[in-house]
Amino acid sequence: MRYEAPTSTKDAVTLLSRAKGSAFVLAGGSDLLVRMKGGFIEPDLVVDIKRIPALQEIRKTSTGFRIGAAVPCAAMGEHAGLRKAWPGVVEAANLIGSDQIQSRCTVAGNLCNASPAADSVPALVAAKAKAVIAGPKGRRTVPVEKVPAGPGRTTLGKGEFVEAILLPLPKGKTGDAYLRFTPRTEMDIAVCSAGVCLKLGRGGVIEEARVALGAVAPTVVLVPAAAKAIVGTKLDEAALAALTAACEAACAPIDDKRGTVEFRTEVAGVLARRAAKIAYQRAGG
Amino acid sequence: MAGVHVSTTINGDPVEFVCQPAEVLLDVLRNRVGLTGAKEGCGTGDCGACSVTLDGRLVCACLVLGAEADGRAITTVEGLASGGRLHPLQEKFIEHAALQCGVCTPGFLVAAKALLDRNPDPTVEQIRYALAGNLCRCTGYDKIVRAVQAAAAELATDAAQAGKSGKSKKTRKQTAA
Repeated sequence: MRYEAPTSTKDAVTLLSRAKGSAFVLAGGSDLLVRMKGGFIEPDLVVDIKRIPALQEIRKTSTGFRIGAAVPCAAMGEHAGLRKAWPGVVEAANLIGSDQIQSRCTVAGNLCNASPAADSVPALVAAKAKAVIAGPKGRRTVPVEKVPAGPGRTTLGKGEFVEAILLPLPKGKTGDAYLRFTPRTEMDIAVCSAGVCLKLGRGGVIEEARVALGAVAPTVVLVPAAAKAIVGTKLDEAALAALTAACEAACAPIDDKRGTVEFRTEVAGVLARRAAKIAYQRAGG
Repeated sequence: MAGVHVSTTINGDPVEFVCQPAEVLLDVLRNRVGLTGAKEGCGTGDCGACSVTLDGRLVCACLVLGAEADGRAITTVEGLASGGRLHPLQEKFIEHAALQCGVCTPGFLVAAKALLDRNPDPTVEQIRYALAGNLCRCTGYDKIVRAVQAAAAELATDAAQAGKSGKSKKTRKQTAA
């Protein structure tokens, strides 16, 4: 294995696109090194992106926040501006692992590891986050939900890697929330999860909504029907019931030791309902 | 396989080593640098027995490549005691019998130090959350939590005394002026 730590995105792309054999990007390493040690992958090349200055920072821009791909999730929790604007996203990112893991794990890595149970992803999808992808043909920006293709698979081409995650500035009365179900309170992987982002209009009526579910399909899923169920309402009981039904209908989970199909389906609806209530309150409703 | 040459700082001292590209920091510390305080429990970042700090952040040394340490600053459990005196956390762990087999202890000490450095007066809940990445099969955690509370109290007393003597010095200076 060769280890490289380039200091620019351009050099990283060159290394990745010219690599013969298997090449992997190292951000926090909390997934990559575990897979290497378990013998699941044997990289010929590892490109550590933590020496690229622009990737190490959270930058507030005129359009929102740019979270560099090498920023550890702990740093997101320490960023007062980001916490205020996107509490749901920050809470989701901070739920991943222990303090030791928080010092290393990144949201870009969480996205590219492409686990359907990734904690930060439903919150990012709900918040309309975008991924900036650098590659041999330059940069492209896509909605985060377009990056995972299935468990452990992404839509990234050869030589491409996620350089940053972009979050918009919340407009008007916006609130977001993320909830997950785990048998333990900490250090666990979501059995299922829900991220909700709401924008309120006059009189506390929901103008826009985005609902995303985790661990109920091969990728995190955006559920437009669930959003439609609550837009135009004040999140009354009927709206919540319609939201729950739409979420349940969007679930196509696996049956495993952590949760059955029935359990995941029912709990996904419950979590979406509860997350919607929190998001509504945070939006000022 | 070509080795990677790394210049780093460990517990304040400059250290150089050559390691394999896929070699993790934990193996480098134990097998090349001779610092065997950090232990391998799981090797997958679940147990925290190999906790060290990297540029001030708490990490599992089993999930960091040795090559990543170049130009960074690492502290290990060996860096806790200073001038032949144990750190209050180490003293309180002994006093409260917060260890039995001892394999998890270096990790708990480093993690507890990282907690107290950023939060000198943590609640029991905050201590338990901060140490949730460290597993112990012997103590049942309660003694560890008590030891951390006791160490926090002692550090606070030390700080208050240092503050007082600092103040009295200032007073003396002012009087002298």
